[in-house]
Amino acid sequence: MNAPAKPKLPGSLDANRRLDQWMKFEADGTLTVYTGKVEIGQGIVTAMAQIAAEELDVTLARVTMVSGDTVLTPDEGHTSGSRSIDEGGTALRYACAEARDLLLKAAATQLDIPADKLIVEDGVITGFDRIRQVTYWQLPHAELLAREATASIKPKAASQHSIVGTAVERFDIPFKATGMPRYVQDIELPGMLFGRVVRPPSYDARLTAFDADAIRKLPGVVAVVRDGSFIGVVAEREEQAVKARAAALKAAQWKEVPIASDEAGMHEYLRTRPGNKAAVMAERVDATAKARGVSKVDARYTKPYIAHASIGPSCALARFDGTRIEVWSHSQGVYQLRYDLATVLKTEVESVIVHHAEGSGCYGHNGADDVALDAVLLSRAAGGRPVQVQWMRDDEFAWEPYSPAMTTDVHAALDDKGNIVDWSVEVWSNGHSQRPVSVKTPGPVSSLVSAWYLESPVARRTQADPPQAGGGGMARNAPVTYALPNERVVAHRVEEQPLRASAMRGLGAICNVFAVESFMDECAAAAGADPVEYRLRHMQDPRARAVIELAAHKAGWKAGAQSDGTSGRGFAFSQYKNGYGYMAVVIDLSLEPDPHVTRAVAAVDVGQVINPDGVINQAEGGIVQAISWVLKEQVRHDRERVLSRDWETYPILTFPEIPTIEIHLIDRPEEKPLGAGEIAAGPVPAAVANALYHALGVRLRDMPLTREKIAAALV
Amino acid sequence: MTESVSLTVNGAPQTVHAETDTPLLYILRNDLKLKGAKFGCGLGQCGACMVLIDGHNVMSCETPLWSVAGKAVTTIEGLGSIKEQHALQRAFIGEQAAQCGYCVAGVIMSAAALLSKNPDPSEDEIKHALERNLCRCGTHTRMIKAVQRAARDMRGAK
Repeated sequence: MNAPAKPKLPGSLDANRRLDQWMKFEADGTLTVYTGKVEIGQGIVTAMAQIAAEELDVTLARVTMVSGDTVLTPDEGHTSGSRSIDEGGTALRYACAEARDLLLKAAATQLDIPADKLIVEDGVITGFDRIRQVTYWQLPHAELLAREATASIKPKAASQHSIVGTAVERFDIPFKATGMPRYVQDIELPGMLFGRVVRPPSYDARLTAFDADAIRKLPGVVAVVRDGSFIGVVAEREEQAVKARAAALKAAQWKEVPIASDEAGMHEYLRTRPGNKAAVMAERVDATAKARGVSKVDARYTKPYIAHASIGPSCALARFDGTRIEVWSHSQGVYQLRYDLATVLKTEVESVIVHHAEGSGCYGHNGADDVALDAVLLSRAAGGRPVQVQWMRDDEFAWEPYSPAMTTDVHAALDDKGNIVDWSVEVWSNGHSQRPVSVKTPGPVSSLVSAWYLESPVARRTQADPPQAGGGGMARNAPVTYALPNERVVAHRVEEQPLRASAMRGLGAICNVFAVESFMDECAAAAGADPVEYRLRHMQDPRARAVIELAAHKAGWKAGAQSDGTSGRGFAFSQYKNGYGYMAVVIDLSLEPDPHVTRAVAAVDVGQVINPDGVINQAEGGIVQAISWVLKEQVRHDRERVLSRDWETYPILTFPEIPTIEIHLIDRPEEKPLGAGEIAAGPVPAAVANALYHALGVRLRDMPLTREKIAAALV
Repeated sequence: MTESVSLTVNGAPQTVHAETDTPLLYILRNDLKLKGAKFGCGLGQCGACMVLIDGHNVMSCETPLWSVAGKAVTTIEGLGSIKEQHALQRAFIGEQAAQCGYCVAGVIMSAAALLSKNPDPSEDEIKHALERNLCRCGTHTRMIKAVQRAARDMRGAK
């Protein structure tokens, strides 16, 4: 007989049910809080500490955070998709509320005061007399927390919060601003060696000749690995490893295979693959409304491959003594990485330990997981000595999995008043995830790039696309928040990967919102309407209306304002994943001398705000990165190779190009708290395109919006 | 070839033994255990490895060891410490001017070079002084505010 199903618990608590998985009261009077969500520059670990301190009524100073560790912390999946506060924060909130309740009940017995008459101040439990008192640490806390959560204790109401909702300084910034060792790149173990990888010149190249012995003779070289088409070098000193890599790159000979398409033909190539599978992702039909259509608007929008382009190339440290594998990694999912490493190394997951250590910002699935396997392979070759591997700049640019190239078509029919009565969106893209996942497959598969090149290769994991119900991947934000009588969204999933692609900040929302919000302006133009009024005309969601109105008001939006031909103003709106944070943004674009944004004014609603300063920081960063994408970024390649290999061949926005940014937060303390990291990914590129149209009357639909494309469109 | 090279780092004389073409960055991080300067590109394009050499901001990833013999190198650790912070470090913490923070040490070193020459820079002067420092998280506006705040604090302290 099956055991009765356990009741569903909130957020990540469901999969990590024991209270002592989440916290531990330490002998020194501090509180250790465990989270499976990890710091990737978004301040999440500090936000989690705020949540725990709030529910338990202890000061933040008592809280020590432990995050992302396959030995110590819960498995909360990946830190991605702006889900951390929702999943991990909710779990912590319920776990801590229940822990507080259990501790208070024990204190009530001990102090002989009813539990509902007790107060807690920084972990000290007293009655109103303040005479009888006991601390959390004096109670049998370990015993009390050694049980499964029930989620029966309601966390505090927002009105009772004194730590959550306040702008708290992040724990990590003082270390970072003073240069203290903080990152995986900074960890040193006794006897540690330095490793580098020697990648093929192009994706499908195979090694035909390589004199490993010549490389072994170089100064300081401890090991040279040649395993199929995987080459790695290990040396005593870092500069020796770098030199050995350079020598190996020169010495290795490869048989290359062309890339399936050049840049110019890539979108066409992807759209026309015979194996493309179409799926209807959303559909709403109102034939009567549709019949009112009197004019049509159609447009095609495209987005190239974009790189995560982390400032610090991916890095990992590993120690593989033949039986046990220990890894320090800036992976977004330590448990999932552990599973993949165990698959490739043909060992049990229990013999692999992964500790999260901070890295450079990742913005999605970059090389973090890949380099962990490289470090393990090189430690094995170095007789189990610990090896730190950092990719070189060109490794990162040429081998990271990019944000996929996409096409989004939009079709609409307008009635005689210019209102939208029919609307359909069609998307072509790869799936938006090739991350490691801890799921059994019929045969071994791996997401880790080096695994595909070994003498006995492990097959490449097929791409997945996050389900539309959870926000989707390729069709993310292809459905709109506007109240339209007819809406149809069709997604064409492309299996071929001419360039490696996976998850990047915003996933499909980058191209889809660029498309639908550019298109809203095109429809408004066709209707002779102001873009802001036109959006409001089609919008019922009150929170969406609120951000649209606030952004327009704060920016001083004027309907019908004329451009002087050298600058323009554009508007865009999106609710991330159609169920997450809202952003409306006004972009001022100048074309003198080159297109650049001078001012961005955004209104943001991410529900309840845990740390307002953290939300603003994330929103500002998202705006800057999205401006960089839309004005500058494209992974360059030809039929032979990826050509973007450094910051000259993949330029990003620099300090002199940074606009003035204003973020206006709408705090909604009684609403669910939502992430802010990705809300700008969609609306900002569209607002820039709309500003360009306002300035010059030129509609560019192919990202990036470069000076060359503008010039060509003006001719 | 391996040689002994003497230099001053954060005010203290140091002698290191390495190939003379070794980038200063690796000497700082691995021999002297100063982890503040970061490897970003190894090409002098991103500024994550920025340090001061005789007061000038220089990218240590493409500065060979031989070229700094007898010179004074200052790293982020030499500006101040977590207990005794330099005005720039205090201002970056105060403005929460970091997301991942990987570029921050380099940005602060470029700002230190700027403020030593120009104690009251305009926003444009700050932006241009930081032009060789890349930040991918998009924390630029806060960093500019932090430099302005540090400049104010440093002028006030004089």
